[in-house]
Amino acid sequence: MNSPTAVIRPPRQEMVRADAGRGIFQVSRRAFVDAGVMEREYDAIFERCWLYLGHESELPRPGDFVTRTVARRNILFTRDAKGALHALFNTCPHRGATVCREDKGNAKVFQCFYHGWVFGCDGKLKGQPGEESYTEGHKQSGVGNLTPVPRFASHAGFCFICFDADAVPLTEYLAGAKEILELIAAHSESGMTIVEGAQQYAIRANWKLLAENSVDGYHALTTHASYLDYLKNMAGGLVPIPLSGRSFDLGNGHAVLEYKAPWGRPIAQWVPMFGEQGKHEMDAIYARLAARLGDDKARRIASHNRNMIVFPNLVINDIMAITIRTFYPVAPGQMMVNGWALAPREESDWARKYRLFNFLEFLGPGGFATPDDVEALESCQQGFANAGGAAWSDISKGMGKPEPAYDDELQMRLFWTRWNELVNGGGQ
Amino acid sequence: MNGITRTEAEDLLFEEADLLDRWQLEQWLALYTDDAAYLVPSTDLPTGADPAKALFYIADDHTRLHERVVRLQKKSAHSEWPRSRTRHLVSNVRVGASVGDETPVSAAFVTFRTKNGVTDTYMGRLLYRLKRVDGRLRIREKRCELDLDGLRPHGRVSILL
Repeated sequence: MNSPTAVIRPPRQEMVRADAGRGIFQVSRRAFVDAGVMEREYDAIFERCWLYLGHESELPRPGDFVTRTVARRNILFTRDAKGALHALFNTCPHRGATVCREDKGNAKVFQCFYHGWVFGCDGKLKGQPGEESYTEGHKQSGVGNLTPVPRFASHAGFCFICFDADAVPLTEYLAGAKEILELIAAHSESGMTIVEGAQQYAIRANWKLLAENSVDGYHALTTHASYLDYLKNMAGGLVPIPLSGRSFDLGNGHAVLEYKAPWGRPIAQWVPMFGEQGKHEMDAIYARLAARLGDDKARRIASHNRNMIVFPNLVINDIMAITIRTFYPVAPGQMMVNGWALAPREESDWARKYRLFNFLEFLGPGGFATPDDVEALESCQQGFANAGGAAWSDISKGMGKPEPAYDDELQMRLFWTRWNELVNGGGQ
Repeated sequence: MNGITRTEAEDLLFEEADLLDRWQLEQWLALYTDDAAYLVPSTDLPTGADPAKALFYIADDHTRLHERVVRLQKKSAHSEWPRSRTRHLVSNVRVGASVGDETPVSAAFVTFRTKNGVTDTYMGRLLYRLKRVDGRLRIREKRCELDLDGLRPHGRVSILL
């Protein structure tokens, strides 16, 4: 065993332990505080998994672009003159400067300000000052083009990238999440669109706490007590539909909760607060859904909420409005969050207004609920200062049930099981 | 209505800041008209964006603003219980030309919020529409345009700006 070439690795510590017999599922709190764990996450998860980049509606016209940080990488997302979408590393192939320094816009070309190299919206080099000083071989080699991200693909309008050239195709990766993305896209007959305005914020907590929280049906009655009080105070804010539903394993660490709830949905669950005009709007939206998709699917869209996590960090919550959310760690106790609102392109001004009103009521850093989630997550992170003593978190709710309810914790166990496979080789 | 002086506008804005820093939220709300709006646009929106068409952080009508005040006084508003300490600074006050019964007033602001050993800074421009009701100057609309790339590192705007 003691050959001179043997590599001695420190034993990886147990991170996830599942005891199905006793119904106990625990996660080591080191997973939330250890800088080494975060670097392993970047290597094993963010460099390997498909990650959400944006929605195709953000780039409606040729030449449209957005820049975005995805897993610490600066990405330039463009639509070229022929209408094709591109995900490019936003760094000059010459000497490294950031090529596009605007958040969004429309451009015929991108010019690096350092030495003046010019690129098309497809990333191809179009010109460089002093071109005569380069050999023909250099020009023809393609080394002067912006580097595309190794993999780019979209499904139902949702665009993803992957930094691993050998990754499985997107549709295989998405597994059961594919159908939920299609269901959300089917809200619209003309295509879904991202509403102008992004909620960009940060939370002083580990990113996995938000992964858990985004699909946590258990915390609503306590964390969000004051939000539920508010709905009760609002005349006609609720209809008598009790919270009920269940969670589903979508494969590869993805999961969804589907449930009925008493709040209004702009597609299309009417509550008295929407008023008479709202009733007409909701009836008309429902009739069109049913005519296009049949009654069963229309009912599933109209009356069921869904909170979905696509491993590792895409959350799409189709609740009192639709939010898309991604989040990345910048330190074990710090994450960057981006949130957007998704809506049917063709909905009326009235419906859009109510959708956004609904969205802000609950969602986002100024809403009546999200700030309390932020407080809870930061409070957990502070609690993890005791990780050396109180070492484990418990995620056992609903273990052993054949059909875990929406407020059980199956979806978090799926997340952690997949996380453990990738980061820790599945070791227990 | 025309002829609000800068001193008059400043008195109102400074009183508002003081009430917020002392968490006298009911009295603060009484500075607003019954059809008032309180707006905090997302930081990537152009000035003057419409909350019916674009995603804001906050877009309250009077009813929801009242509910916000009710909520913020509960222990179950966890983000603000125990309460944070704040200091609202208002400066560079300018009074614009009245339009009908309203007068636009702009100001620069910095608000500090301290809780759990962390101090966050919010800064930007305040755009008010002021209106005299029964002889008293009141706020018809307050729009807080943040000079930030995002709510980073704050994570929330759970206080009133």
